[in-house]
Amino acid sequence: MKVAYFPGCTLKNKAKQLDDYAKKAAEALGVTLEEIEEWQCCGGVFTTACDEVATKLSSVRDLVAAKNKEQPLVTVCSACHNVIKQTNHAMQTNKEFADKVNRYMGEEPYSGETQVYHYLELLRDVVGFDAVKEKVVNKLSGKKIAAYYGCLLLRPNGVMKMDDPENPTIMEDFIRAIGADAVVYANRNECCGGYIAMESPDLAKKKSNAVIENAKAAGAEMIITACPLCKYNLIKNGADIPVVYFTELLAEALGVKEDTNE
Amino acid sequence: MNNKYLQEDLLRMSGVNPKKCMRCGKCSATCPAYDEMEYHPHQFVSMVENGDIEPLINSDSLYKCLTCFACVDRCPRGVEPAKLVEAVRLAAVRRQGANHLKADMVPDMLDDETPQQLIVSAFRKYSK
Ligand code: SF4
Ligand code: SF4
Ligand code: SF4
Ligand code: SF4
Repeated sequence: MKVAYFPGCTLKNKAKQLDDYAKKAAEALGVTLEEIEEWQCCGGVFTTACDEVATKLSSVRDLVAAKNKEQPLVTVCSACHNVIKQTNHAMQTNKEFADKVNRYMGEEPYSGETQVYHYLELLRDVVGFDAVKEKVVNKLSGKKIAAYYGCLLLRPNGVMKMDDPENPTIMEDFIRAIGADAVVYANRNECCGGYIAMESPDLAKKKSNAVIENAKAAGAEMIITACPLCKYNLIKNGADIPVVYFTELLAEALGVKEDTNE
Repeated sequence: MNNKYLQEDLLRMSGVNPKKCMRCGKCSATCPAYDEMEYHPHQFVSMVENGDIEPLINSDSLYKCLTCFACVDRCPRGVEPAKLVEAVRLAAVRRQGANHLKADMVPDMLDDETPQQLIVSAFRKYSK
């Protein structure tokens, strides 16, 4: 099947591997990620104020592009996914906001019809983790892997509706599907500091260290993430175990990692 | 008080109803930026309710919030304090010349690995 794909700016720059591996792995699972044309950066964070319209237009354009292609919209970066899902939700539920957007866009009115999937949801809900398991050629047996959700993948739960925000399983189920052992630890859904790294690096350090220490104490040999900023914060703040994108492990497990140009 | 208009504006922008708050403090207990904040999420709720807004607008606490949505998900009364923090932050940075992050400050904050996402996110939160 074919799905519309929004890579986001970071996946075209610092997080190229997240993008390359995502496309190769999806292909191996029978899903083609078709990049939408002329997409623009989503802005990285959703502004919850309902009178902020202009900053949300780029996400609406992406959603409309997917609607016109009659395809669901898939994102990989946790942050893009959060922004686009929250924007879609605002278009569905806030008539006044949607009206302002639609008058500005001047196209056929959009009211949140596009189905938005995070790549992990695509694996769970469309491909199915059992089908993933069957396609695994390099089992990562015995490897103890900690999933780092951070905050943007799960919250706000009323909008993201991805998993139980306090006891999520989607990334652990993913880890098991590729044949590794999932390490469950308390800080997996606590914030790494996010954008605070820009002006208060000490705060990001404190938050990131708490995640790393907690994961290691639970026996983790590796941490996986879907967010370039999580990865940056964890590595910058002294992670002494590998922190990798979940798509890299997926590509490795499916035996398509080598075809990927880094 | 000419604060009345600002207060109404904040409540409308955020969609938050501070009267729902039962002062349990769970939002502040779960806030990852708690130690760094002068005013904590539950105080944003009560201070906006009381029209005591100027101290919030001038506080650095606005720039310590990580937008992690922990207080939104964990508030037992659905108050969603982060939305109020965001509204006050916007009221602050929307003033003329009040951008908290300026482009010429950015180069010194970068290293070779800085993801683009970090820069755009910080701009979106700190500047207009
Ligand atoms: S969150 Fe990320 S990578 Fe995604 S487009 Fe927006 S900023 Fe760029
Ligand atoms: S944990 Fe940190 S970087 Fe990661 S999603 Fe939250 S803010 Fe983003
Ligand atoms: S958690 Fe909710 S009810 Fe409790 S103090 Fe915070 S805003 Fe008020
Ligand atoms: S969203 Fe902001 S105020 Fe709320 S818990 Fe997170 S950092 Fe604290």
